[in-house]
This record gives sequence, structure tokens and C-alpha cells, in this order.
Amino acid sequence: MPGTRTTHPRFTPSEGSVTALRPTDAVTPRAAQDLPLPRRRGTASGLPETLGDLHRELLPLDADGRPLHHEKVQALHAGLMGSIHSWELVTAVDGPGTRMTLFLSGCPLQCQYCHNPDTMQLKNGTLQSAEEVLKRIRRYRKVFSASGGGLTISGGEPLFQHKFVRRILRGTKEMGVHTALDTSGFLGRVADDELLADVDLVLLDVKSGNEATYHETTGRSLAPTIAFGDRLTALNKPIWVRFVLVPGLTDAPENIRGVADIVQNWGSVERVEVLPFHNMGEDKWASLGLDYSLKGVQPPSSEQTEAAREVFRARGLTVY
Amino acid sequence: MTAQTTDRPVHDEGFDPAAQAWRGFQAGPWQDSIDVRDFIQRNYTPYDGDSAFLEGATARTTGIWQKLLEMFPAEREKGVYDVDATTPSTITSHKPGYIDAEQEIVVGLQTDAPLKRAIMPNGGWRMAKNSLETYGYPVDPTLEKIYSTYRKTHNDGVFDVYSPNVRAARSSHVVTGLPDAYGRGRIIGDYRRVALYGVDALVEGKQRERAELDLYAADEKVIREREENAEQIRALRELQEMAASYGFDISKPATNATEAVQWLYFAYLGAVKEQNGAAMSFGRNTAFLDVYFSRDLADGVLTESEVQEIVDDLVIKLRIVRFLRTPEYDQLFSGDPTWVTESIGGMGADGRTLVTKTSFRFLQTLYNLGPAPEPNLTVFWSADLPEGFKRYCAQVSIDTSAIQFESDELIRGACGDDAAIACCVSPMTVGKQMQFFGARVNVAKSLLYAINGGRDEISGKQIAPESPAVVGEVLEFDDVWEKFLVTLDWLAATYVEALNCIHYMHDKYAYERLEMALHDRNVLRTMACGIAGLSVTADSLSAIKYATVRPVRDQSGLVTDYQIDGEFPAYGNDDDRVDEIAVKIVHEFMERVRRHPTYRDAVHTQSVLTITSNVVYGKKTGNTPDGRRAGEPFAPGANPSNGRDTHGMLASALSVAKLPFAEAMDGISLTNTVVPSGLGRTKDEQITNLVGLLDAQNVSDGYHMNVNVLNRETLEDAMAHPENYPQLTVRVSGYAVNFVRLTREQQLDVLSRTFHDRV
Repeated sequence: MPGTRTTHPRFTPSEGSVTALRPTDAVTPRAAQDLPLPRRRGTASGLPETLGDLHRELLPLDADGRPLHHEKVQALHAGLMGSIHSWELVTAVDGPGTRMTLFLSGCPLQCQYCHNPDTMQLKNGTLQSAEEVLKRIRRYRKVFSASGGGLTISGGEPLFQHKFVRRILRGTKEMGVHTALDTSGFLGRVADDELLADVDLVLLDVKSGNEATYHETTGRSLAPTIAFGDRLTALNKPIWVRFVLVPGLTDAPENIRGVADIVQNWGSVERVEVLPFHNMGEDKWASLGLDYSLKGVQPPSSEQTEAAREVFRARGLTVY
Repeated sequence: MTAQTTDRPVHDEGFDPAAQAWRGFQAGPWQDSIDVRDFIQRNYTPYDGDSAFLEGATARTTGIWQKLLEMFPAEREKGVYDVDATTPSTITSHKPGYIDAEQEIVVGLQTDAPLKRAIMPNGGWRMAKNSLETYGYPVDPTLEKIYSTYRKTHNDGVFDVYSPNVRAARSSHVVTGLPDAYGRGRIIGDYRRVALYGVDALVEGKQRERAELDLYAADEKVIREREENAEQIRALRELQEMAASYGFDISKPATNATEAVQWLYFAYLGAVKEQNGAAMSFGRNTAFLDVYFSRDLADGVLTESEVQEIVDDLVIKLRIVRFLRTPEYDQLFSGDPTWVTESIGGMGADGRTLVTKTSFRFLQTLYNLGPAPEPNLTVFWSADLPEGFKRYCAQVSIDTSAIQFESDELIRGACGDDAAIACCVSPMTVGKQMQFFGARVNVAKSLLYAINGGRDEISGKQIAPESPAVVGEVLEFDDVWEKFLVTLDWLAATYVEALNCIHYMHDKYAYERLEMALHDRNVLRTMACGIAGLSVTADSLSAIKYATVRPVRDQSGLVTDYQIDGEFPAYGNDDDRVDEIAVKIVHEFMERVRRHPTYRDAVHTQSVLTITSNVVYGKKTGNTPDGRRAGEPFAPGANPSNGRDTHGMLASALSVAKLPFAEAMDGISLTNTVVPSGLGRTKDEQITNLVGLLDAQNVSDGYHMNVNVLNRETLEDAMAHPENYPQLTVRVSGYAVNFVRLTREQQLDVLSRTFHDRV
């Protein structure tokens, strides 16, 4: 199935209300017609939720470009190995201090505004063992302690590879390093209390404030994220909420209020970041041969962004 | 015979400094011999508070600075404001000059008017003459006759002794920027000695050194030292005369803070009146001056505002140091730099911090006078520095991008706790160590020579000795590496030979009389070699090793280009596979430099520093096996190649931190650029995070970091001149991009995003 390795059907905008909401006509149905759909099983929407749902054809290739050996597939499923998109030492964006942000491949959502679409598919990553990754984290212990930083696991959706994540978090905590998990919360149910015990901070993406907009934005349901936030609150786990303001998609006043309503209920939220949408990921969509549904959408003005922040501020939240 | 004479009292019979100038100071060995460090250690007050005590600019300060601000545009437009074209500059050549005689607290200018540049032909007549012609000043025929007929210059001397080999390497630009036509600089006089002891005591000290020299058999070395000693004493007396022309008697120690600053500045001024050195650094003066300020504050003689005013006035003077230079020189070191480097902060050997309130006051000048590149304020960073000082440094860095950071641990380990930086990254013990500045060689071009059997990849000329060129369709790492080492053998030999010629002649024809008068007699000299093109070379070798690189040959068989298939790890991503290659290059070249004896037994060192010459070096270098195109600039200093460091600023810094300081004791330079929002959401968070980054780099043995925290103007400038901002990285919600690679529209987007308004 060579075609399945070059595209992902959900990246093509489906017909319906989404296009109608957009300020410009960005619908290009080409991909939907021209490209074959990969076979899938699993969820109602035809998408895998976690690694366990995956067909072999959606797994990464081995270093030599050949399909993975059976043992490596087993290791991937067992969380002994992970599909890694990249890592980076960053400051001030993915939690406190200077952090190693580990971007894992694979995500069950298809956010229209995704600026890292190259992390959406598990197969785009490179296979690394948990030991290799932990070795690199260990290397930066001094950096983390000097800068008040730590490890952030991001993606993609890190919980897509929850067994691997569990292993990395455990190993990292054993080193005494601060950990953060950057997640949409959609797969929050696979993050059990044992996993969360090894997480010091959750960066929780609340992509929308109501089911309809959430589905439109991500192709998925909002309820799991709310349930996850509730659980984090019950566990008194610090949360930094992120909300991306996309004109014509997530910027309806009732939607912003909806997000604020949800977040307000979570007592362990330390800050809310309202991030203005940007289209710098556009090139990545193109280079992946995918259609970008938000083509031509302009970033919100600073006034619009500030107004959205004000909605959260008015509820006593710390907002940036 | 070996007894040091400097342990005798340095003051004369009729004067009791302890009762007057030194009242209230704690006694110690510093009173019996010249030992400024001992004075500081016994008398300074470490400060571990914050910046709340600082005062702003007074109307007087602002008024003086305004006068100069009004002169700067004319200077920028013409290249110089004015030139005295007929008076070769010496310590006493010019009448006193003032910006505003009524208002200045600290006085003294290089010539008789501010921004008026002097000619200093001892380094080389051609440079002086070309400079005058460039800026439209007449060349005085008498001077021309003197310097071309009667008075030999440093430049003449060097070209008398260069070998054909050195000349060939020089003209092919594999060796570039040598100080053979201009002053070598990078010597820091211990200007504090004039303030603490007065000129008379310093002359006496030099006379005692002379008495010792007279005991020795008069061989060539001793005769040279005797002559230098005589010149040093003469220079000290001229300094005294120059100060007297401004109405000050500096024969005795300074009796208060205002005098201490004035004496100190006169000493420095004498140096920059006589030497057009590539870098004329100021030293490490803040803890020293703080002793005087503290005494006057305690005595109620000065208020904090007055103290700040004195510091501001001194810094104004340091900002207007000017030299007359040619456009070719500017091409190499653009931006009219003088490197009036002042080293600030650090920790003492006894564990106390050397941060004082005056450390803060010097940084405060960047607010009181606005940001400026000079003086080159250099913070010696240690994770152990007091938190208040760390945070103030980070704040100033974010607000002004005008300070640089160097590892206090590494410098203290090498040069003790009274060390200062000359130029950008070269550490030396003040008054006890000097360097023979050696510019740098182009190791990337050397790699191309290795591939081409010693022929130049652009001209095709045989420059290095003929050797077997690479044959075959694919470059093999082991083969290229072996040939590269052979080329480095030749390069190191040629380089040290050139430097020996240069420094022999500089000592002979353009000796730094005053600066060396403010050193001990037994000075540690280093031969400061340097390399450029490290990242290009490391990446090229990585490409050869990990990808497939096919040479492309022209009709004559010269390899002029490369085809690269496959991926290779790039230096700057904390990837040992390639970082080890970079380490090896540094090690191998240092080891080869050490094989060659140096002039005056100078200790071999090297730097990984280019200043701004990375552009010129790149321009003169052909296509390289890493895919860099001919003429493209190298990355500056030890920086990774532009845009190839994709794992964040700190990963890039950690790659650089692997370069061993022991093999590059003249310094390793790293320049980083971040946008303020890349450091955090709030100013407070930005400060915390920059402190964290600097601490993290420091504990990882990073040597140096230039931090650019860019404001809106800088981003706009980056759009107009992207070549100057090769690695400007912007982060927007977890996403990093190289700013200059964005389209114009996206850049505008970042611009609006970063500054929270729309363009």
C-alpha cells in the first residue's frame, strides 16, 4: 500500500460546516478524491487511539528503511522503544526553566491548526529505546538543576505511546528530575494514577469549549479532556492550560467562555496560556503532501488575543 | 641573584601615603610592593544585595552625553568626525581637550577635541597614509618623508623578515588578519597602579627592576630588557606630564575616589594616545574603585548619585576612544570596534564574591547613557555569584543585549582571581601577563588544501607544499583526515613563524611602553594563535565520514565542489559523533602549534574566535564538503554553522562547551540570539530563565556566551540584513523557526506576535 505512507485522509478537510466557518475558501477536495484511504480499525472515526490499535503499515520503518523486525514491533508495543520525532533543549515554552522537550510521534487528533503535522503519524518518527532516551535526559541533569527545568514529553500526543511514556517518566523521576506532560487529555484515561505520580506538571491543551467546536477542530470529542482535568484536580496535580485562538474556528465568544467555564472548575490550574494561531506550520503540511485547511486564515490581532485572555482573567486565573 | 627587589617600600621618604591617600585602608603587603590584588582583597566589600540602590543619570551627565550624541551622526556618515593629520600621536603630543570643560568630572581626550582621531604611524606608515587618503585628509609630505626615509615602522620590519612561504599563506588568505600592519593590542596595563601608588612610586619600582637588570651579564635578552625598562620609565614620566597639562599631579597616590578614577583614566588614556592596538582593553577595575567609593561614601564626601555620576563620566570617556583605521581593517573588524573591555564580577579565590556595588554601577551606565557596544562590559559568571547580581546582569542583558558572559571558573582556574579579558575572550592576569596577538588561520581552507594536495581551491596555486591530492570518486574519511593533519603540520609551522616575525618587530618598532610599564618585569607572555572555520570543518569531516561525498573536479583536476548524498550529524546539536571531530581539530592544531618555538618563549595558546572576520574568511573560501557554498560566511567563533543547530540554544552551547579550554586557553567564543518572549512570559520569568541558562552553561564548562535578546528594532534590522542574523531563532507556542528563513509575511507575523501588536 504505497499510498498509505504518504498521506493521512483526515488531513483533508471533510465536507460540512468547517469550511463554511472559514473566512476564505480553503477547501481543496483533491486529496480526498485522489489518494487512497489506508485501512484502519479501532475507533468510531476510523482513527487509531493508541499504539495498540495500529496496523503494521503505520509503524515507523527501521533505520535501514525496511519494515520493522518483529522484535522491534514487540518492543514498541511494550513501551521498551518509542517512536521519537525529535528532541530539543528549550527555555520558557514547555514548562519552567530550561527543559528537554521530547516530541513523540503519533496523535489521535487532527487539529486543523496543528503546527507540527509531521508528528501526527507514528511512522514518521525514529525508533529509540527507552534507555537511549533516558541516557540523554541523564546527560542534562546539571542543566535542569541549574535552570530549574526538567523534562517535558510532548508530541504528537505522548499518551499515544503511554507505555513508553510511563517508562521514561519513571526513569526520569528516579534521577530526581522535574517532569511535565504536554497532552490534549484525549487519552487521559490511559494515564493512570501510577503514571501521573511521576508527572510534576501537566500542560493541558483545551482546544475548545464545547463538543461541536472540539469535534470540528480536532475530529474528536471534548469529554475525555474534561474528565482528565477533573482527575488532575482531584489529584491536586499542577496544570498549565493552553488554548489556541483560531479566527473563525475557536474564537467565538461562547466557545472562549466555554473553555473558561471548564478551566475555572479545575483548582490546580496555575496558569492559562492563550496562544494566538499562527500559520508557520503551513509549509510543513505542504511538504508532507497534505492539505492545510486553514490556508489564508490570518492570526488574531493582539486586541482579539487580549480580549480572549481577559475572559480568563475575569475569572481570577493567571493568564499569559 | 634571584631575590625580587619589589618587596621593598615603594614610597619615598618624605611622603606618608598611609596617613593621607591610604587613610582607613587595611595595611598589608600591598604597601610594601606593587600588589593591587592584595590591596583589593584586604579592602573591598562584597555586595550580595540587589540593584535598588542605583541612581539614574544626572542632568549634567545627560548634558555631556547629549553633546556627543549630536556629533555621532556626522561621524557615522563620514566614517570619522575629524582627524589631526599632522601630529603623530604620543602620550604628550596633544594639548588638553574637553567635551565641556566646565562640566566634566573626569577629564582627558586622545587629542585636543572629542572624536578627533590621531595618526599613529609607528605600526605602519601605509595604514596611516591610506586612512588619511580614505577620509580626504592631506598627507603631510614631511611626515611621509620621515616615515618612509628615516623612521622604520613595525610594518616595514615584518616584511623585511617574512619568508616566501609566509607571504604565500598570507596572500592566499589561509592566514588572515595578522597584526603586521597595525598595532597588535590585547595588552592590558594595570592602570590601577597609577591610582594606588602614584607615578613616582611606579618609577622607583621600575628603577629597582633596572638595578637588578644591571647586575646581569649584558646578553641580548638583558640588553633588550634594559632598553624596554628605560622606555617604560620615560613613558611613566610622559604620563605625569600629560596629566599635569590637565592640571593634575599624579606623581603621588590618589587621595579620594574622584582622583582614583581620574588617575586610572589618565593611565589608560596614555595607552590609547600612543597605541592603535586592535583591542585596547581596560582591565578589571570595579572592585578596586569600589574601595575608594565606599570610603568617600562613608566619609560623607560623596552621595550615591555623585558616585554614579563619576562612573557615568568615566564610561562616557571610554565610549569615545577612537582610532584611525582603513576600510580593509573595517572589513575584517567591522563597526569601528576598540574593545575597551572591562571585566566585572566573578568570585575570589577565598570564596567571597568580587561583586561590589560598583559592579552594578558600571552596568547601570547602560541605562543612564543608553546601550552601547563600548566599553565592552564583560561579566565573569559563576553559578556561585550572588543572586541579586545575577538577576541584574540578566535584566541588563535582556534590556540592552550589550553585555557578554565568560566563565569565571575557567578564567580563575587559569589566571587567578585578578584576571581580565583582553578584546573578547582572551583571559590574562592583570599586570602579570600579556599576549602576542595572532589573529587566526582558516582551518576550513586548510581542509580544502589537504584535498587538493596543497593547491588553493580558488586560484589553483600551490600554496602548501605539494602533497598527494585525494584521488577517487568518493572522499574517504581516514584518507582525508590523514592529509588534513599533514596540512596542519605545515600551517602551524608557517603560522608560528609569521607570529614570531610580527612580535619581534612590534617589540622593536612599536613597543607598548606605558602598558608594559604597568606590568611586572617578569611577565607571562602567551603566543595567541587562533582558528576560524571550526564548524564548517567539523561538518565537512562529518559529511565525509557519515554521508557520501563525491568531489567535483575542474579540467585541471582541482576539486572545486562536492556532491553530498545522505545525512550527516552537524556540530551544534550535542551529538558526540561530530562534536568529537570538532574537539579533535582543536586538539590537533594546538598540539602542532606547540611544536614550534616562540619569540620570547611565549606560551602557546589558541582561540576559537573570529570576531567579525568570519565573513571575510568565508568570502575567501571555496565550496566545502559540508555543502556550504563558496563565499558564504563561516559561523562566528566556535558557533555551529548557521541553522544546523536544530536542538535549541542550549544544545548548541553544550556542543561548544565540549571544546577543551585547556587546548584553547585564549578563549572560545559563542554568540546566541533569543527574542525576549523566548525567555519567558513576564520580565521576571525572562530574568529567571536567562539566569538559569547562564548557570546551566556555566556548570557544563561553557566558556563564553554573547547573548542577544532582541527587540523589535533588531528584528526589523534582521529583515533588512538577514546575513547578519544567521541563527536568530523564534519560538511561538512550542515551535521553533529560524527567523531569516521565514518568508517576509511570516517575519512580519513574528514581529507582530513578539511585540503584541500588528504591523
